[in-house]
Amino acid sequence: MTILLEVKNLITRFHTPEGTVFAVNGVSFSLEEGGTLAVVGESGCGKSVTMMSLLRLIPIPPGEIVSGIVNYHGQDLLKLSENSMQSDIRGKEIAMVFQDPMTSLNPVLTIGRQLTEPLRVHLNYQPDQARKRAVDLLELVGIPDPSKRLGDYPHQFSGGMRQRVMIAMALACNPTMLIADEPTTALDVTIQAQIIELVKELRDKIGLSIIWITHDLGVVAGLAEHVIVMYAGYIVEEADVDTLYENPRHPYTLALMAALPHAERRRESRLKSIPGAPPNLLVEPSGCPFASRCEYVVEKCRLENPPLKALGNEHSMACWLDVKMGELQ
Amino acid sequence: MFLISILLFVMLQNMGDPLATMGGRSVTRREDRERLARQFGFDKPILVQYVYWLVGNDWTKVDINGDGIAETPGIRKGVLRGDFGTSLVTRQPAMQLILSRLPNTLLLMLVSELVVVLGALFIGVYSALKQYSFFDNLITTLSFIGYSMPIFFLALGAMYIFAVNFKRWGLPYLPTVGMFDPQAGQTPGQLLWHLILPVTVISVNSFSGYSRYIRSTMLEALNQDYIRTARAKGLPRRETVFIHALKNASLPIVTIVGLDLPFLLGGALVTERIFAWPGMGRLFIDHVSRGDTPVVMGIMMLIAVAVVVFQILTDVVYAWLDPRIRYN
Repeated sequence: MTILLEVKNLITRFHTPEGTVFAVNGVSFSLEEGGTLAVVGESGCGKSVTMMSLLRLIPIPPGEIVSGIVNYHGQDLLKLSENSMQSDIRGKEIAMVFQDPMTSLNPVLTIGRQLTEPLRVHLNYQPDQARKRAVDLLELVGIPDPSKRLGDYPHQFSGGMRQRVMIAMALACNPTMLIADEPTTALDVTIQAQIIELVKELRDKIGLSIIWITHDLGVVAGLAEHVIVMYAGYIVEEADVDTLYENPRHPYTLALMAALPHAERRRESRLKSIPGAPPNLLVEPSGCPFASRCEYVVEKCRLENPPLKALGNEHSMACWLDVKMGELQ
Repeated sequence: MFLISILLFVMLQNMGDPLATMGGRSVTRREDRERLARQFGFDKPILVQYVYWLVGNDWTKVDINGDGIAETPGIRKGVLRGDFGTSLVTRQPAMQLILSRLPNTLLLMLVSELVVVLGALFIGVYSALKQYSFFDNLITTLSFIGYSMPIFFLALGAMYIFAVNFKRWGLPYLPTVGMFDPQAGQTPGQLLWHLILPVTVISVNSFSGYSRYIRSTMLEALNQDYIRTARAKGLPRRETVFIHALKNASLPIVTIVGLDLPFLLGGALVTERIFAWPGMGRLFIDHVSRGDTPVVMGIMMLIAVAVVVFQILTDVVYAWLDPRIRYN
């Protein structure tokens, strides 16, 4: 398998009036061609910022990509000029679908206009050509009566339909890679399942490489091959999906797994939750970021942040303890 | 509209005494006052005066010679039939007087408004894009100075610099009075030349409000999710800004402009006065100070009608811009 995208030591910060937000603190991962990578973690742990940093979509200022390499097809996306980023990468090579379909479409422009924009910009399509392609795209994502709906505005679509439009828009120029930033969070469960099925189908049909951001571990199992778990701007565990589910090693991953509702679990039993909230990213991290919420915490955790360590079998994690063994490594 | 007209009418009755200045330089004598009051119908109750103003008095008799006996049929047709009455000062029909000033005011105000809106759009969008940059801070500072400077000070300052001092330094200097140079004749070039100073003064003063407003609505639009989507699609920056953001930002801007436009008819009170521009603002001041009800009411009603008309127009533009409120 060839590596399509390789991110090395990405650091992103936001300089706000309240202080510097340490959003992404040295994240490295890679995506194989045709592969599907899931990024999981609680809200505000840097998943979206990481992905938006790849496409340089974070607002600068206040944001700043401090360091890192984003190697895509042999070129560093962080060093590319804004112009070539816009004309060669965004929407053409790497497309992105966002979390909230209700606000991610422009309310005053027709769906047709928004769908054909990337075609016009990247592929120099003529209006009738672009229109035809737009109809095909809407059909592809399962929107009934597509040619009629091109003239409609976003408010005339339901949430699920809007997300389909977003996906159609992302796929317009046949991108190599799709970044889906919690695309199903704002949707009903049934619609969620439909959207995930749709993306799987499209992946198999057109060979898309996908990064799927979510905080729903249930979604991950059915979709991804490889998973990274993020916490407070760090990758705390990384493994292929089966390994992660069968043999989670980081206390945070364990806690996330424990928080999953189980169909067979008795109804009286309460859902487990992780006590506390993710740490304040305004404070420069020292020690393990999860230390304050970790049930296995030891003295060393508060002093020094554990590095990401390979456990073999493409499995790595960042913890001083081997939780399974209950001892300091 | 009726409520507005009643309110204004009652207020105007209590504002000045039109008879006081009718004797020219000398104080009007008591017996003259009584006669004049009877002749003009000021002795009637305010409600009757209002009815005369509204529907005319040709269905009743009025006291033309002022001897206390109403003997002549009235000739006023009333506002509802398009007769705004006769000016108590110039004895011209009020509407004729107003309409003679209206084009001058419209010219001055529309040019100013155009300068303001276009300039503010440019500056507002630019400083929204470069938020907190040196340019943005500079514009913010200048805006507040322009906004807080009294207009008479600005006008006199501009006169002093561009007319008085430029003349002294032998530079081409700008005219400060009127619309035309009597010697040069009424040419469009003259008109433009005379427009520069008053337009600048009006613009500087109202420019800041608009540009700040446009800046903030643009900033809001630029921070929306759909702008991020547009960027993620790889749209060029100018398309993202001028189509995706500006079309959304234009909604509140249209509202503000729509609210302001009718008041352009009222002219600029201070500026017109200082630059001796024969417009509505000057007409208004001259006549309100002498209690000239027909003319003042005429101006007020014109503005009131314009407010309603522009509100409807704004709604139409709104529906055109925003599909969400389009009516079926």
